[in-house]
Amino acid sequence: MTEDFKMLILKGLSETIEMVAISGFIALLIGMPLGIILVVTKKGHILEHEKLNKVLAAVVNAIRSLPSIILIVVLLPLARLIVGTTLGMKAAIVPISIGIAPFLARIIETSIEEVQWGKIEAALAVGAKPFQIILKVLIPEALPSLVRGITISIISIIEFTAVAGAIGAGGLGSLAIRFGYERFRKDIMIATVVLLICLVQLIQFSGDHISRYINKKRYKFD
Amino acid sequence: MISIRNLSKTFSTPKGDIQVLKDINLEVEKGDIFGIIGFSGAGKSTMIRCLNRLEEPTSGTVVIGDKNITDMNKDELREARKKIGIIFQDFNLFDSMTVYENVAFPLEISGYSKEKIKNRVGEILDLVDLNDKVDSYPAQLSGGQKQRVGIARALANKPDVLLSDEATSALDPQTTYSILELLRDINKKLNLTILLITHELDVVKYICNNMAVIEEGKIVEVGSTDSIFLNPKSDTAKKFVKIMRNLSINSHCPGGEVI
Repeated sequence: MTEDFKMLILKGLSETIEMVAISGFIALLIGMPLGIILVVTKKGHILEHEKLNKVLAAVVNAIRSLPSIILIVVLLPLARLIVGTTLGMKAAIVPISIGIAPFLARIIETSIEEVQWGKIEAALAVGAKPFQIILKVLIPEALPSLVRGITISIISIIEFTAVAGAIGAGGLGSLAIRFGYERFRKDIMIATVVLLICLVQLIQFSGDHISRYINKKRYKFD
Repeated sequence: MISIRNLSKTFSTPKGDIQVLKDINLEVEKGDIFGIIGFSGAGKSTMIRCLNRLEEPTSGTVVIGDKNITDMNKDELREARKKIGIIFQDFNLFDSMTVYENVAFPLEISGYSKEKIKNRVGEILDLVDLNDKVDSYPAQLSGGQKQRVGIARALANKPDVLLSDEATSALDPQTTYSILELLRDINKKLNLTILLITHELDVVKYICNNMAVIEEGKIVEVGSTDSIFLNPKSDTAKKFVKIMRNLSINSHCPGGEVI
């Protein structure tokens, strides 16, 4: 195994992990409130506002209609505006966060919607305010399902970073393209594939584990 | 204590309007246990949910204590709801919270101190006899225990009235009686007014002093439970009494029928 191989792979891996962590965090900051707003502003819900709901749903759908590679290119000017460059990992974080946020919002919407209406009514009936219901009832009740949804989203981010890698974002995706594909480095190609598989397995395993832990705590029988 | 005047409720559906409550008038005295009985679809659930406006009445007024519930804006309604307990057929407990946290929830959102909440929760859990289950989650409880938590949660804010929306309908007969005993006990100890709806005549007969019969969204009969049992006037009341007699005769002489 050559030095450059080790260095390239380690750099790629750490870049991918960094991109996933930062853009996942930003996407969660945008997607979580967005997903919750998409639920609670529906007709008859605790913060009913049909106009806002329709506008947000349309924006979410619009962003989700674009294939990831196109979204990345379209959002490059925005990346330049925010981080000052259209190249490298920093620039990629902007389109990845914005690309994943609507996907995450839809997944969170689905999880939050699973909370039985009766529980919301029970909270309303004791005089809870909408924000108290969101924080103390909707999110905790949906938590196992939210964790599973967020896990899926993180895996989608890995996929996104690989696409971003194709236009110079760095990470394992760009390694696979620049070295594995363009320079016929079979060893790097195989290594990136193996690492990506391991990474996804690890994330899925952790997500399942956390979700199961919460459920076990709530539903175990003495 | 509870005064319902000309209460109506109409649901608009694509197929047209459906009037589920038609000009309901009813008075419930303080400290009474009052039962409303009706067959499925008679509108009883909608009616009881109109009292704390989980369902918005189309017209009419509801006065509980000295407060006109139907006149209130959202903030006033939120405050008023703290004094109107409600328990549900499906319990509607929070699965993410322990028994303690479920009962503490109404107090937490009212902003009481931790110390006060702890005392109050202990007090109510004593009352409903669940002090050994504080750290259990709802999924670990039996149906009867779940409803006890529901009752404890409804009583946390020391309400003036307790509404019971088919609270025993999901329980077996024996558990039903233990819950009814508990309600009677609470009624006596706290002088709490209880309004319950049910489709089980047994329930009304067991704990209600007074009752009303609801039929297709209208109150067709009101009176003391004894008088309605002895002399049912409306069709629904007659049917209920007949079914009950048949059932009790059947249990003594299987296959028997009242002629």
